[in-house]
Amino acid sequence: MRAVPALLLAALVAPVVLGLWQTGRAAFGIMPALGRETPSLEPWRQLFALPGLGGSIRLSLVSGLGAAILSLLIALALVQALQGRLSAARAARWLAPFLAVPHAALAIGMAFLLAPSGWIARALAPLMDWTRPPGAASVNDPWGMALMLGLMVKEIPFLMLVILAALGQVPLARIMAMGRALGYGPGAVWLRLVLPAIWPMLRLPFWVVLVYSVSNVDMAIILGPANPPVLGVAVTRWFVSPDLAMILPASAGAILQAGLAGAVIAAAWGAERLAARLGPAWLARGGRGPAGAPGWMAGAVLRLAAMAGLVLMAAGLLAMAALAIWSLAFRWPFPLILPEAWSLNAWSMTAPGWRRALMTSVLLAGTTASLSLALAVAWLQAAPARMRAEWLILLPLLVPQIGFLHGLNVVFLRAGLQADLLAVGMGQMLFVFPYVLLSLSGPWRAVDPRLMRTAAALGAGPWRRLVAVRLPVLLRPLLTAWAIGIAVSVAQYLPTLYLGAGRVATLTTEAVTLASGSDRRVSGVYASLQALVPLLAYACAFVIPAWWHRDRRALAGAFR
Amino acid sequence: MSLILEHVTITRPDGAKLIRGLTLNVAPGSVTTVMGPSGIGKSTLLDAIAGSLAPGFALSGRITLNGRDLTALPPERRRIGLMFQDALLFPHLSLAGNLAFGLDPRIRGRAARAQAVDEALAEAGLAGLGLRDPATLSGGQRARAALMRTLLAAPEALLLDEPFGKLDMSLRDEIQRFVFDHAAARGVPVLLVSHDPQDAAAAGGPVVALA
Repeated sequence: MRAVPALLLAALVAPVVLGLWQTGRAAFGIMPALGRETPSLEPWRQLFALPGLGGSIRLSLVSGLGAAILSLLIALALVQALQGRLSAARAARWLAPFLAVPHAALAIGMAFLLAPSGWIARALAPLMDWTRPPGAASVNDPWGMALMLGLMVKEIPFLMLVILAALGQVPLARIMAMGRALGYGPGAVWLRLVLPAIWPMLRLPFWVVLVYSVSNVDMAIILGPANPPVLGVAVTRWFVSPDLAMILPASAGAILQAGLAGAVIAAAWGAERLAARLGPAWLARGGRGPAGAPGWMAGAVLRLAAMAGLVLMAAGLLAMAALAIWSLAFRWPFPLILPEAWSLNAWSMTAPGWRRALMTSVLLAGTTASLSLALAVAWLQAAPARMRAEWLILLPLLVPQIGFLHGLNVVFLRAGLQADLLAVGMGQMLFVFPYVLLSLSGPWRAVDPRLMRTAAALGAGPWRRLVAVRLPVLLRPLLTAWAIGIAVSVAQYLPTLYLGAGRVATLTTEAVTLASGSDRRVSGVYASLQALVPLLAYACAFVIPAWWHRDRRALAGAFR
Repeated sequence: MSLILEHVTITRPDGAKLIRGLTLNVAPGSVTTVMGPSGIGKSTLLDAIAGSLAPGFALSGRITLNGRDLTALPPERRRIGLMFQDALLFPHLSLAGNLAFGLDPRIRGRAARAQAVDEALAEAGLAGLGLRDPATLSGGQRARAALMRTLLAAPEALLLDEPFGKLDMSLRDEIQRFVFDHAAARGVPVLLVSHDPQDAAAAGGPVVALA
């Protein structure tokens, strides 16, 4: 039992390292399968000769950094604005749909919302006298604005939850009271006292968001610019190119993407060090803003950001609704707000396809989430206290997927592992398990240790303490962790694409492929299903504990 | 037959000694009170006796209960009942479920176990409340339920970690009487840890001051 965490860590870290190593070899010209045995810089020369590379790098940086930094600012502002009105438990309920919906489904919905013929343009049409969709490129725009908006709708709720969890660890009410008694406005207290106290707990989640933002592929295929695309999309195109020799410059591109992510993390770390160096002097100056309006500027910025956040959240909800409506539309001419005629045709005509994809997605999600939950319980049982190396479980989330997944596929093939459902499932575990463990570890460690000692004193051995006390008390967090696992698995695009060699069709791979097609009704069907599976899992995580513990006030929190 | 500590020394992970060479003999049916300011290691001493010393802490010396050497036994096999400041009833079980969780496994059969639980509830003035959610009980009811749960496990000794600290004055006397009378009736040795001289006075047994 003692060795469980170490073994699991090794099982998480090894694929990332091996995949990176393999990709790195290909980036320097070594690819025995293609008959390339000698190291060379040729792949890098080819990479830099590819048209649009500079544009791709710039787009990735601008849209990624922009989305991540704005998301952090808006999440902080929203939490600050809702402070006192929003407990972590209630927030989890409100934010659940945003966390549950896969990136690709949300991106498709956002496209339905933002497109020239989308809901926003339809709502504006009567005012602007539009009878035809306007000509502006409001999705796939060359600046990556639509992509940034899509990323932010997913990232703000995630960061809000992380911030709320961190706030639970500090005496927030006392810090606020003390700061305000010293003459600082609420926004100023946040910036000067609260943020420095919680930042250590936000650092790694923010890095995960940064890396995802600069390297995401599925959202960028749907919402991002097409020519040049962001770097992740460009590299994916090269990897799947019919010209096998393109794998070498693609690998160099994948390493470049990993380097980009590393550079962004280094920059974030540098900014943090700088703030830590300059911060104390700034705080010591004791500036409270103009007399009579302490901290008005910070307050104004925070209010503006909170407003923007609410608008984005509303857009996200509309995007999810748009998915369902498009899938049920028969005729929906511009500029009508709702379809003229409704039909189940899109669902019935595509039924054989989506049934297969749904089965595959549910099988993969059910298996990886349940296995991850069992492994997380084993981990926490073996390592009740936080370990130094625990941050390593985030490694698969801190290295861009594209940097190691293609290499990992090569490693799998050489180990005799076919590109099939099993390989895809193993690849998904790299991303499902860390989220499940992170979600469960807080509540697990928050169980009063005296409760377990009481059970032991009553004669309950380790197994009975686990099964009869800890697991039932943790029913809700266990199911929540499982639902998060389901959502992470259903949302995976690149692991399914690379480790399944394109032969494993899930709701996500189908939805991403169909998003570029012309029939919105069909992509509406796939994206709706893609959103529905994790939403149902979240609903189970709310309803089952509430029913199970309906007569237990200390545990039935969902409907209070 | 009693709880005996011989030359017990507890070393913290940083090497500092919390308890030095403590020797104690707690007689059956009597209450020994260990007093001292907070941070002196009172709770750690109870952890050591109960077998739940945190990792990194080291124990030397010998602890025996009714002639059995406890030192190498896991907590669930020591037959030592624990009571804390909070009742720590299991939140997912009913009141009766909590008592049944503690009830000695040697009592077999649904009917016999249900009867034992009912008798214990009646003894604690909780008759008819067996199906209640522990979160809906009053503080005094919870404290009595916690003691009955502990006693149903048929412990051979009781460790009380400031068990009366959170009770208001009106309840305090009542619960103290309840706990000490039941312990005396069962003839088990009781070790009480407290920083309140009034607890020691109520216990009426020997007092050991840690310093």
